[in-house]
Amino acid sequence: MTEPMLKVSDLHAFYGKSHVLRGVNMEIMPGEVIALLGRNGVGRSTTAKAIMGEVPPKGEITFKGKPISGMESHQIAHMGLGYVPESRDIFPTMTVRENLILGIKNMKVPGKYTVDQMLDMFPNLRARADNAAGVLSGGEKQMLTMCRTLMGDPELIIIDEPTEGLAPKIVHQIGDMIAEIAKTGVSILLVEQKLSIALRIANRVYVMGHGEIVWSGTPEDFREREDVRKEWLEV
Amino acid sequence: METIVFSLLNGVIYGLLLFMLSSGLTLIFSMMGVLNFAHASFYMLGAYFAYTISDASSFWLALVFAPILVGLVGAAVERWGLRTVHVNGHVAELLFTFGLAYLIDEVVKIIWGRNAVDYQIPELLDFPLFELFGAQYPAYRIFTLFVALAMLVALWFILNRTRAGLIIQAALSHPHMVGHLGHNVPRIFMTVFGVGCALAGLAGVIGGNYLVTDPAMAVQMGPIVFVVVVVGGLGSLMGAFLAAMLLGLLQTFAVAIDANFADMFGWLGLSPTSEVGRISIASLAPMIPFLMLVLILMVRPRGLLGDREL
Repeated sequence: MTEPMLKVSDLHAFYGKSHVLRGVNMEIMPGEVIALLGRNGVGRSTTAKAIMGEVPPKGEITFKGKPISGMESHQIAHMGLGYVPESRDIFPTMTVRENLILGIKNMKVPGKYTVDQMLDMFPNLRARADNAAGVLSGGEKQMLTMCRTLMGDPELIIIDEPTEGLAPKIVHQIGDMIAEIAKTGVSILLVEQKLSIALRIANRVYVMGHGEIVWSGTPEDFREREDVRKEWLEV
Repeated sequence: METIVFSLLNGVIYGLLLFMLSSGLTLIFSMMGVLNFAHASFYMLGAYFAYTISDASSFWLALVFAPILVGLVGAAVERWGLRTVHVNGHVAELLFTFGLAYLIDEVVKIIWGRNAVDYQIPELLDFPLFELFGAQYPAYRIFTLFVALAMLVALWFILNRTRAGLIIQAALSHPHMVGHLGHNVPRIFMTVFGVGCALAGLAGVIGGNYLVTDPAMAVQMGPIVFVVVVVGGLGSLMGAFLAAMLLGLLQTFAVAIDANFADMFGWLGLSPTSEVGRISIASLAPMIPFLMLVLILMVRPRGLLGDREL
């Protein structure tokens, strides 16, 4: 049996006194696309942040067999874990090209993609390569954030709510893009609320409620579980 | 006429000196959220280090090594002091730098004494460079002008034309994200803190001899540097530059104006009868920075070019 790429065991996290994560367990195998579903406020984004070291994690997190909880975020990044936060955090005054350059971790080691190759793959970004990133549309910003993280050659990317606030047509494009990224062999943990996207591209689904995983299975299984959807997802 | 030309020159030089002092503070403040109360103390350290080094060898060695030494002290303060305090939040950091300022003050007094030291302009530059309308202008001031301009160009180049500069600018807006992209943010912070202190030290080296090198110089300069940062706006070096120049020119010109309120009332056709009439414009010069601070916070809290509010 192969080792999981990312293994989270009994993960707890706190915001001040509020106990947000109450023992999250999950595994992501190499090359897998996992969708993490759940209502707002159940702790999905916090799970992502705790894995990335932005929220202090309590519990065990291993990446490629090595414990990463308590590490600095740049060390975690260097191990091959990429993060596309909900807030996107593009560098607004810099050009699209400069944003991509900032995604490169080490200038001395050539990565999978050069900036130009990345721009070739995404004509929308190519057209705006020398514009300030702050003037891009929401969808373009999302693309840029994902491309920027890809410049660092991650083996697993955690993508938090990539389609939030985007028009339906753009949502579909972003979905395609994530599917494309997955085809290159990169594992993906997708925190998403829109079932359409999540079920289209995920190999496996985790459903979160009240700070823990309440259900997991394949998208096919999930489609048959009206009860899970009713209890944990519908508003 | 000569007043205008000389005041302009002096104002620009003073402004550049202020910018040299505040550029580091702006970077530190915007990036780390640390309002470094001790920043002007590093300026003072620069002047004292330069005094000791030039006393033992030459001013030129001091010009190179004093800022480096100050930068190393700054980096050490960040690495072993601020970074530990950081986990306890901004108030703890603020108090830490507050204490540090007094600590440096006392150390300076113990080592170099309470009175001003005789930090001299180097002989090589101690001559009048040119004469204008019968008044002489010292060469050393023009030298400081060039050092400040060189520093300005170097800083601009590093921040805008190198990858390291790009990373620093990125860390100004989203430090967490910069970490997630694999850049060592704590190391960037330490470097920026060190370089910022080195710049303040450089200002001390070239300003300490034409102003005064005494233990009060940090206390005098500190508040003005804060004004530059706040008026210029958080996260904006360009803003700090504009604010520094504005302040430098305003203050220099105010000092140079040979008039009092009585004259002003006279121009307005009012009769100067009260005590107020005896106040000279020049005596208001020290007030200008703080007037600017108060006004800008009321009218435009994000500063001239800042991208966020305080």
